[in-house]
Amino acid sequence: MSPQENPPVTPDTAGGQPPTRRAAQEAAREEERRLEAAAETGGGQVPPPAVPASPAALAPAGPGDEQPLMQRIMTGNALVAVLAVVLSLILGGLLIAVTDEDVARSASYFFSRPMDTIGAAWSAASGAYAALFQGSVFNAGGDSFARMIYPLTQTLTVATPLICAGLGVALAFRAGLFNIGAQGQILIGATLAGWVGFTANLPFGLHLLLVILAGMLGGAIWGGLVGVLKARTGAHEVILTIMLNYIAINLVLYLLSTPGFQRPGSTNPISPQLEATALYPPLLGSGFRLHWGFVVAVLATVFVWWLLNRSTVGFELRAVGANATAARTAGVSVSRGYILAMAIAGALAGLAGVAQVAGTEKVLTSGVAASFGFDAITVALLGRSSPWGTFAAGLLFGAFRAGGVTMQASTGTSIDIVLVVQSLIVLFIAAPPLVRSLFRLPTPGAVPPARRNRKTAATGGAA
Amino acid sequence: MSTVTTAAPGRSAAPAGAVRSWKTPILLAVLAVVALLVFGAGAPRNNVTFRLSDPNDAIVLPDLVLPAAATGWLTAVVLAALAVLAVLAVRRGAGVPVWLVAVFAVLFLIGFLTWVIGSANNPNVALYGLLAGSVTLAVPLIFGSLSGVLSERSGVVNIAIEGQLLFGAFAAAVAASVSGSAIVGLFAAALAGVIVSFLLAVFSIRYIVNQVIVGVVLNVLVSGLTGFLFSSVLSKDAETWNSPPRLPVLSIPVLSEIPILGPILFEQTIVGYLMYIAVAVIYVALFRSRWGLRTRAVGEHPKAADTLGVNVNRMRFINVLLAGVVAGVGGSFFTLVSVSGFGRDMTAGQGYIALAALIFGRWNPIGAFFAALLFGFATNLSNVLSLLGTPVPDQFLRMLPYVVTVFAVAGLVGRSRAPGASGIPYVKG
Repeated sequence: MSPQENPPVTPDTAGGQPPTRRAAQEAAREEERRLEAAAETGGGQVPPPAVPASPAALAPAGPGDEQPLMQRIMTGNALVAVLAVVLSLILGGLLIAVTDEDVARSASYFFSRPMDTIGAAWSAASGAYAALFQGSVFNAGGDSFARMIYPLTQTLTVATPLICAGLGVALAFRAGLFNIGAQGQILIGATLAGWVGFTANLPFGLHLLLVILAGMLGGAIWGGLVGVLKARTGAHEVILTIMLNYIAINLVLYLLSTPGFQRPGSTNPISPQLEATALYPPLLGSGFRLHWGFVVAVLATVFVWWLLNRSTVGFELRAVGANATAARTAGVSVSRGYILAMAIAGALAGLAGVAQVAGTEKVLTSGVAASFGFDAITVALLGRSSPWGTFAAGLLFGAFRAGGVTMQASTGTSIDIVLVVQSLIVLFIAAPPLVRSLFRLPTPGAVPPARRNRKTAATGGAA
Repeated sequence: MSTVTTAAPGRSAAPAGAVRSWKTPILLAVLAVVALLVFGAGAPRNNVTFRLSDPNDAIVLPDLVLPAAATGWLTAVVLAALAVLAVLAVRRGAGVPVWLVAVFAVLFLIGFLTWVIGSANNPNVALYGLLAGSVTLAVPLIFGSLSGVLSERSGVVNIAIEGQLLFGAFAAAVAASVSGSAIVGLFAAALAGVIVSFLLAVFSIRYIVNQVIVGVVLNVLVSGLTGFLFSSVLSKDAETWNSPPRLPVLSIPVLSEIPILGPILFEQTIVGYLMYIAVAVIYVALFRSRWGLRTRAVGEHPKAADTLGVNVNRMRFINVLLAGVVAGVGGSFFTLVSVSGFGRDMTAGQGYIALAALIFGRWNPIGAFFAALLFGFATNLSNVLSLLGTPVPDQFLRMLPYVVTVFAVAGLVGRSRAPGASGIPYVKG
């Protein structure tokens, strides 16, 4: 059927006459639309068996831009996104203000001098956010241009693993799989990459290439395992990935206590330094921590975009994600889809591990993955599982993370506030009607005259 | 409408997998071979002592002493025989009987225990403590998975169990510290669970946001919120905010003196007793009451329920809130029973394990109860073994509960079927 005819990946059709090619493309699109439509109607009533949460659950709101919820998001997309960020920042600011000590002190005489409290609250919240900005984008107080833009490069450095792992989660989403296992995949990828990095003795270039491949392989094994188990036994991938995360961290801890991995002479779970030939070279000179891993992350984004939107494999993955039963009927192997999706997702998470071990940390520890694997889930959700959306979300969360460190150091505001703001953003972006009703925005779809719109919007948005 | 009717038969026919499944017999055979090699051939040459009761108990049972090698060989041979039986059953075309898998699991456990404790530096273990500790560790898991049962049976996937537990723990600690009463903390925990549930319900039922997404995000939100408040408020003045009194252990006279079972059943805190009550009540209510029938109907086939006049979304809303009460109370275990005080991210992924227990227990309160007990046992066993000093590296022991889960989810339980409409929002019309 048409999945096999999907033109861009079959060069022989590309060589043929353009009209047929276009026709085939149209047919493929048509097929895709049908599949996704089937996912809506069928998925609304009868879920695929044995998979409670994932494919059917993700179909209505998760991936795919053709679904009604997505359409609603698309209509007021940019505005809602901006408002969601603003709203989350306001709520986060309130939280900072409420827990601030100066605010608490001035609140004790609130009724005699209310402006003191408000002023203290404002300075607490704005101070924290200013530090956040200063630590993530631009430091106006830097003594040279390099110092001024240093925060931005920090953001990009932190964003690198977030983007890679986020792409992995997003890709699995599109195939209808809820991949919570990025953390374990990063760890195993980083372990294998690190091992190649500090044991092999190879020339520059080849060594780094091997490190990258080893990292991807490690992640692909750890992710592919989930795919195989799900395809063969019907086990739930949410459970499998969570369990494999725990197994991975214990496995890494064990390996780091064996002579093959542990730094000679050390009793701590830490590996030797990676060889210089195994490291990503710095991207902007040695004064910055930003390394070529970021470029790899950009390439990975391009690759995922191509894979999902221009390749047969990607088409099949999306078909499986939209409606596994329909895909099976159309001749797509669902098992193969699950295995492939999880293996590729794992390889992408493995790239995040490489970025950490061969770029930022330069050494393997059990904490090499930080919490990137879990943050990647929110990144993919915020990016609505599209490759470039994930890229942008990765940058935003990278900024939050990099700035959060500065914020905690300079104003004493706990970096946990970043988690609160991040999760609020995702919640609000996922529920545009809520944001619309809060800001009295018109509901999309109906196009009444602007004046009347205002009145109906209040009820329409809240309904 | 027509798509629905045509899709249904195709769906139900596809997954059943009428092909005979060799998965279980193969797994059993592999495990039997492992047992022969490890428990039998690799058995240590000494005796293993299982202490059945504390010397200070009213009724003292004698210690159970087993020769490790003989026990190992015996269990391994029986396991092999069971595996052969399973192969024969599948060849006949019948499935592997459930009792066979159950007996196999219990025997494997006995063989494993004898082998691993026999190989320890000190081959002597307090079985009563091992079991009682397992139940204690399982308490939050059981509450968590019951919360999942309530919510998923009505058709709302509850990934937010982790968040409900954590927020419950946080609220219990703060409320109990401020009021000075652990009971107030218990109520606050329930309320906190409801707050998380309310958000889950509003976003997933009213705004039709994907339920898994809302759950994951709520977990992050609660983790960030409690972490933020912990570092900016609680840790600055722990005396006021984070020094909750503990719930007292209430032992029932006479009954708590029963060997082994007494401490497990009749020497618990309020939270422990509530756990047993909750399992029983939810089981009976779910399968024997009008409310339960409606809940299951709404979760399996909301359209049919709606046609018969059940308000689907209201039913779901109520169930999700109830789930919050249950998980919140479970969260109080962390701060009022196990440790006195809140710590950052102290639930440490227990909510996700509860989710696994829920699926392992096939969305049934009793099943979830036993699945959670299994996790508690595996966790406690790894704790006990690392104290005894075994040849198995510590990290592998700590992996044990998770490896067991993977095997359980992928192998022994087979395809567990979720409630039909779990995860799918209901839009009328």
